[in-house]
Amino acid sequence: MKRVLKMLEKRKDLEAILNYIEEGSRVLDIGCGDGSLLYTLKKIKKIQAFGLEIDEEKIAECVSKGLSVIQYDLNKGLPDYQDKAFDFVILSQTLQQVARPDQAIKEVVRVGKKAIVSVPNFGFWKCRFDLFFKGKTPVTKALPHMWYNTPNLRVLTIKDFNDFCQEIGVRIIKTIPLLSSEGDSEKIISLFSNLRADYCVFMLETK
Amino acid sequence: MIEQVLVLSLSKQTIERYNTTMSFSEELNIKQGVFTFAGDSKLPLQSGREFGPISVAYETYGVLSKDKCNAILLLHALSGDAHVAGKHNKEDKKTGWWDVMVGPGKPFDTNKYFVICSNVLGGCSGTTGPSSLDPLTKKPYAMTFPVITIEDMVNAQHALVKSLGIDCLYSISGGSMGGMQALKWVQMYPEMIKSVVAIATTTKLSPQAIAFNEVGRQAIISDPAWNKGDYYGKKELPRKGLSIARMLGHITYLSEEGMTRKFGRQLSSSQQFQYEFLTEFQVESYLHYQGQRFTERFDANSYIYLTKAIDYFDLSSGYNSLEEALAMVKSKFLVLSYSSDWLFPTYQSDELVKALRKNNIDVSFCEINADYGHDSFLLQNDLHEKLIHGFLENVK
Repeated sequence: MKRVLKMLEKRKDLEAILNYIEEGSRVLDIGCGDGSLLYTLKKIKKIQAFGLEIDEEKIAECVSKGLSVIQYDLNKGLPDYQDKAFDFVILSQTLQQVARPDQAIKEVVRVGKKAIVSVPNFGFWKCRFDLFFKGKTPVTKALPHMWYNTPNLRVLTIKDFNDFCQEIGVRIIKTIPLLSSEGDSEKIISLFSNLRADYCVFMLETK
Repeated sequence: MIEQVLVLSLSKQTIERYNTTMSFSEELNIKQGVFTFAGDSKLPLQSGREFGPISVAYETYGVLSKDKCNAILLLHALSGDAHVAGKHNKEDKKTGWWDVMVGPGKPFDTNKYFVICSNVLGGCSGTTGPSSLDPLTKKPYAMTFPVITIEDMVNAQHALVKSLGIDCLYSISGGSMGGMQALKWVQMYPEMIKSVVAIATTTKLSPQAIAFNEVGRQAIISDPAWNKGDYYGKKELPRKGLSIARMLGHITYLSEEGMTRKFGRQLSSSQQFQYEFLTEFQVESYLHYQGQRFTERFDANSYIYLTKAIDYFDLSSGYNSLEEALAMVKSKFLVLSYSSDWLFPTYQSDELVKALRKNNIDVSFCEINADYGHDSFLLQNDLHEKLIHGFLENVK
């Protein structure tokens, strides 16, 4: 638990998510990775945790943490989940990796009463700098891969996401732009966020 | 110590005979026993018939805890038996059928859990089956043995578990036909089971798999030595038919990529084709060898009865849907399938997982990337070991 709290001091995104999620709620984490976030939420917020993950090694990590996780590819949509089956659906650093982000977001807000989505921000100044002055595909802390080995199929900016939510009728309750710095820590960026934040957490709700 | 615990917990009404023998392999603490029941009041079978007496051959590993809450029941597949791990004697060539998974420090850790495994009803490795003597006629039952189902197997196991004084199972687990038994167990006795590990299994067999089973049965039945099932004690046994059934079975347990990796197109002895109908390819000699070896340890009639039980199995029969068929379940689930298993394909596990999830049951699922087809569940694999180990650690 100490370790978890120490991690939270650094991870502003996790802290924000923790504050947002209500105690005892049903939470689905899509692309839950090794289950760290769900595990933390389960310990601190006593949530009912459900995870979806595609990678078998990560599934084994989740199972070792006592989480229930199902191997699943979000590209198939969530046809077997009922509308508003969860209080919260988390889509952390996954949206940019699916074939159809529009369909994925619609599914997420359909099965969840509320959704938490985090994406890397391509509007970050370093991305703009790399592209404009160096003429090279940006590589940043939030987008660490080369163009040829990146799992990210899409690049988008905070503004793009705002416009997109407007278009599909999803309300953004809260925007938390973040800048990752040395170590695992992050800080919240309140001014000129589309330029200064390298990724962003959005709290969503269907209108 | 363990014998004391077992003996003390026996209930006199249900048990007519009980014996255990000390066995080799101290580390595993293997105990063998035979439990006999249904002598006076016979066991009602799913078919409507009644049957008894029934002897169940079983083995236990590890030590039952004082609160009797650390028992895990392992359920074997078509050709398995009660001997799941270790060796009985130093001279034994082979270890139990799931030795990679059961033992000290292994996923089914015998230092922590009390592992029970019994031979299924209808089998031929100590439990009453077609090759057993009918006490009325003093002859083997042969085809007078009643047709049995997965449910009947579970009822026999339930009687055994109860006789050991165990009311609560920490987990039940099995692959293939063993998984079917695990699913039936949790449907019939949901209050007894804390967790289920269902591996490479299904809630009902595909018509393709039924078709393969039927060809296997016909291979046996068409062997003149089968003699309508009446071959016990005779000079000629239906070895040819049983061996062909096993060869066919083996093909369905493997996968194309597994066979390619294991045998390729290699010839077994000579470097060139003989242009004769001999066993030339390595894959052929492998199948012949497996078929032959199988006839030394398995009864042809048991093969017929057990494959029929597998074909009949349908967890949702009597219910409107699979979801409804699992509505009573409270246990935590781990469901595993294998990418190259085309006999019990992943979509069947998906259906099970979906039905469990709809019932709000705590379920984890993973399709393990493995080459060796349906048989993958029996083989050493770090990932499934890690999954099962991690899952069992977190059962409350």
